[in-house]
Amino acid sequence: MASDTLNKALNVINVERRGTGVETRRTFTPDPEQAQDEDLREAVLELEREGEWIVQRVPEPYYEAGTKYGRKKKIPYEKTWHHKSCGQCGHIPGYSTSIFWLNRVLGYDYFDPRDQTSCTAWNYYASATSNQAAQAAVAMRNFAAAYETGYFPVIHCGTSFGHYKEVRHELVHDHDLRRKVRAMIERLGRPFVMPEEIVHYSEWMYAVRDELKARVVHDLSPIVATVHPACHYYKLQSGDAIYDPEIYGGQRTAAVTAVVQAMGAEVADYSTWYDCCGFGFRHILVQRDFTRSFATLRKIEVMKQEANPDVVLTHDTGCVTSLDKSQFAAQAHNRSVGVPVMSESQFAALAMGAHPFRVTQLHWHSTDYRPLLAKMGIDAERAWAEFQDDLQEIEAGRLDYLTWDRVL
Amino acid sequence: MMTVPYADVPIEEKTRLFEEVKADARYDSYLYGCYECGICVAACPSARFYDFSPRKIAQALAREDVELVYEQMNDDVWNCSQCFSCLRCPRGNSPGGLITIMREVAVKNGLRTTREALAGYTRIIYKIMTTGTQVSPDMLQEDAFPDWGPGVKTVSDNLALWRRALPPETMHTTAQSWQVEERTIRELYAIWKWTGTLDMIAQVDEGLHDIMEEVMDDALEESGIDLGP
Ligand code: SF4
Ligand code: SF4
Repeated sequence: MASDTLNKALNVINVERRGTGVETRRTFTPDPEQAQDEDLREAVLELEREGEWIVQRVPEPYYEAGTKYGRKKKIPYEKTWHHKSCGQCGHIPGYSTSIFWLNRVLGYDYFDPRDQTSCTAWNYYASATSNQAAQAAVAMRNFAAAYETGYFPVIHCGTSFGHYKEVRHELVHDHDLRRKVRAMIERLGRPFVMPEEIVHYSEWMYAVRDELKARVVHDLSPIVATVHPACHYYKLQSGDAIYDPEIYGGQRTAAVTAVVQAMGAEVADYSTWYDCCGFGFRHILVQRDFTRSFATLRKIEVMKQEANPDVVLTHDTGCVTSLDKSQFAAQAHNRSVGVPVMSESQFAALAMGAHPFRVTQLHWHSTDYRPLLAKMGIDAERAWAEFQDDLQEIEAGRLDYLTWDRVL
Repeated sequence: MMTVPYADVPIEEKTRLFEEVKADARYDSYLYGCYECGICVAACPSARFYDFSPRKIAQALAREDVELVYEQMNDDVWNCSQCFSCLRCPRGNSPGGLITIMREVAVKNGLRTTREALAGYTRIIYKIMTTGTQVSPDMLQEDAFPDWGPGVKTVSDNLALWRRALPPETMHTTAQSWQVEERTIRELYAIWKWTGTLDMIAQVDEGLHDIMEEVMDDALEESGIDLGP
């Protein structure tokens, strides 16, 4: 294949391989004039000047990342307020634990709030038992809570991120909605605040990728990953997602892929990259035949056939859940599945020496992750024994819970 | 001869629901006509799995075919995965967004098919609306997720202990995804009440509505939040 030949040639002449090639000759030149969704930032600031709301500024210093149509997006390094995702904590707590761990290792100040609800978009997209005003009020209540702490919101979940971008768009354009929501937030005794940028954690990962790379302790060169870009991250309000000309020629989002490549693993392409994971919101809970079929037939099996990855990486809790949990039933039918699935935050943490159970919490995952750990040079058995010791200490009452000082 | 589905429902009722969909503030920015190109169908996961088509949704609405829209509100909209892959539409439509609106109208009007579609789901509504987190660790039970393998039982058997073996202080919970402050939850209740969301639940499941209303009213009474008239 042409890309193999190119890779070999690059290795021979010792050029650092960067970027993922796509099998197309088309080039994509970002052009703000072509944007489907307008850049709302000026409108957001204008509304502040008109006294409609307060705009919470991205704390300095910040990273400026490129987006699909070329505008720069400010990504804060620290003073971040972590908007957790409902899916992660029940099913994959290592997702958020790893994000926090990475912040701690890099020495960045962050805040993990209790004054935070879910965005409730999972329920909205599953059952529609809500409405535009309620969804916007939930978002603005959370933004107010962040503002009051002085920390800037960073959203863990792809769906929350996409949904909040939609809410921002609606609030900017719909004067009546804005008034209605503002009245509710004021009755709660909260300020009416719109963040200057809506930021997803994987954008923070992108911003700090060189710092992550500098701390990698395991050789990732033998690792092949496939990336599932989360639908709600880049399909909703598509202009506001990270793109980079070095990654897929700027034709697909650079989130996840740029980080994994920077850290030294290979990201392999597969043809169904645009397909969703099969989560379906309602389906994952009450109609999982759809989720299982789609996740395995259209994603995992295609990845296996075309790229044979060691791991599937993504940046949304729902995607991790459907792609991971769906494999058990398919395995029982002897389908070609069996690839561990995790967030790039978990993968990055592992690469940087995080404990696979204390930090990345892989025991909550379903598909066998041990071959991946072995290939990364991580002794899973020893780590599991250490974790069992922790559990015993907790059970014996010598430890209330596992503390950060044990894992750093 | 072809029979019109839902022929027993008067056309006035179908028209009323269609007008309700159209009156949503988002409607105009979700539908600009349709090229009938099928790009949305090619991108749609639900179209691969069900007899379902985002193109038909966009077309029925664009043509103002109230009979077909009513049929879709009953028989199609719950198949959608709400992934928004159909935003690839070259016309700038959002078939998925149109479906969100159609679902909302279906819920508000308590369509029988909606109650059926959400029958197994109501416990989730209770969880999200009363705790502020959609799912909780203790919902991972093997009878609910038999297809996820034996790992589910291992998790549920070890749940309380494993939750304490998590370094983030907010996550030592089993009945919520993370610790949510009392005040925060009460504010959420106020939002559900003010926006009529709680009333929507009555259309789907009256018993659930009554339970939730009681929980919320008790909590709000102590909260000092002025619920107004
Ligand atoms: S949002 Fe619905 S209609 Fe659109 S692509 Fe996804 S499943 Fe299909
Ligand atoms: S992609 Fe858009 S224009 Fe084409 S069929 Fe679908 S809704 Fe119509």
